[in-house]
Amino acid sequence: MSATATTLYEQLGGEAAVNAAVDIFYRKVLDDHRINRFFDHTDMEKQAAKQKAFLTMAFGGPNNYSGADMRRGHAHLVKMGLDDSHFDAVMEHLTGTLRELNVPQNLIDQVAAIAESTRTDVLGR
Amino acid sequence: MSPKKITTADHEIVCQEGESVLDALLREHIDIPYSCKEGACQSCMIRSTDGAPPTNAQKGLKDVLKHQNYFLACLCIPHEDMHVSIGDSPVTFTDGTVTGKELLNPETLLLTIEFDEPLDFYAGQFVNLKRADGLIRSYSIANNRVHAHKLTFHIRRLAGGRFSEWAHQELAVGDKIAVSDPQGLCYYLPNDLEQNMLLVGTGSGLAPLAGIIEEALHHGHRGEIHLYHGSREVDGLYWIDEMRQLAKAHPNFHYTPCVSRGDAPAGITQGRANEVALAALPSLKEWRVYLCGHPEMVNQTKRKAFLKGASFQNIYSDAFHVASSTLE
Ligand code: FES
Repeated sequence: MSATATTLYEQLGGEAAVNAAVDIFYRKVLDDHRINRFFDHTDMEKQAAKQKAFLTMAFGGPNNYSGADMRRGHAHLVKMGLDDSHFDAVMEHLTGTLRELNVPQNLIDQVAAIAESTRTDVLGR
Repeated sequence: MSPKKITTADHEIVCQEGESVLDALLREHIDIPYSCKEGACQSCMIRSTDGAPPTNAQKGLKDVLKHQNYFLACLCIPHEDMHVSIGDSPVTFTDGTVTGKELLNPETLLLTIEFDEPLDFYAGQFVNLKRADGLIRSYSIANNRVHAHKLTFHIRRLAGGRFSEWAHQELAVGDKIAVSDPQGLCYYLPNDLEQNMLLVGTGSGLAPLAGIIEEALHHGHRGEIHLYHGSREVDGLYWIDEMRQLAKAHPNFHYTPCVSRGDAPAGITQGRANEVALAALPSLKEWRVYLCGHPEMVNQTKRKAFLKGASFQNIYSDAFHVASSTLE
């Protein structure tokens, strides 16, 4: 890696940014009646840790994202009726969170594109 | 820095200069979960069993986890040789003697067990009690650390509960019983005496909370401490007078007993303990929250406390407390 190359993860502020984002993001998600029922039986502390891993990935940080895990992890939610509208709602909160953290639009677009790339796995298609 | 030796339960590996413990373990094909390799997801958390790990490898961990020498393998560049434990470590048992049996209410037994050697535990942790035939159940420790030779438990009798039924009926003063090492992460550390605390418990979930409160007051905790104890009926509550007296003696301790069914008698609040608490407290920002009791109550309240401003870092509840009220 060259000395000047900075990852999206670093540009966004690394771990501190992920922590701040997880907090804001979850408050939005759990407050949203369109989607919060999907979290009714989730252990939120574990979920927050998973979400940190996900955001690290979405921020372009190092990760071992695996589509198979994403499928497995969301299969029970798909059974509960998880569909595009819910995925869209989550995307909305993700971008809203980044906007709230004053992340520049071009970086938000990059994060959104990475998150968007998980849609087929999350929805089990 | 020279290479360092990392010893696990069944391996001995070498961590090269500048290499993280996680990378060293993975290089040797030792199974350890991980994801971000950046200290964010906490999935690579393991524990040092021979002293404190490098502090920067504990970044972002809950106080109780730091206190028990947990660290993130991906952030850990060892300064010296380390012994680590990955996953659950084996539990050891010590024999204690039953020295007291007393009913707190028609369904809850106060059991006291004493030991020859002092025990290292924190109020709010739990142990496994093992009957001679091997039947094991987890119970929260109800006393504080000041009584190092003694543990007390609140054992609620459950319909068809093999262990609780036996403890109520047959276990006798003078009997020996095997007790595991203390476990769990739902306990008080005196690292911020000004922090406000909310404790919500249902049924015998009062046990760990009472221990935590005693421990906090013993350390001179100065923040407000709010305890909400709930049961369906007044019969299921206990220690009402004791808690009221404690509240009288400590102006920063507030106690609200609640019943969820029927009319509440004078001095008792009508409603579910968690709902009463959340309605009464405007914001939980920077608060410490301890939850014990019915699993659904714990899960719901975690979420609501978070939405009221508490961070997950500051919310304490052991999975066992969740399991204990449904499985016996
Ligand atoms: S792998 Fe994510 S914190 Fe270590």
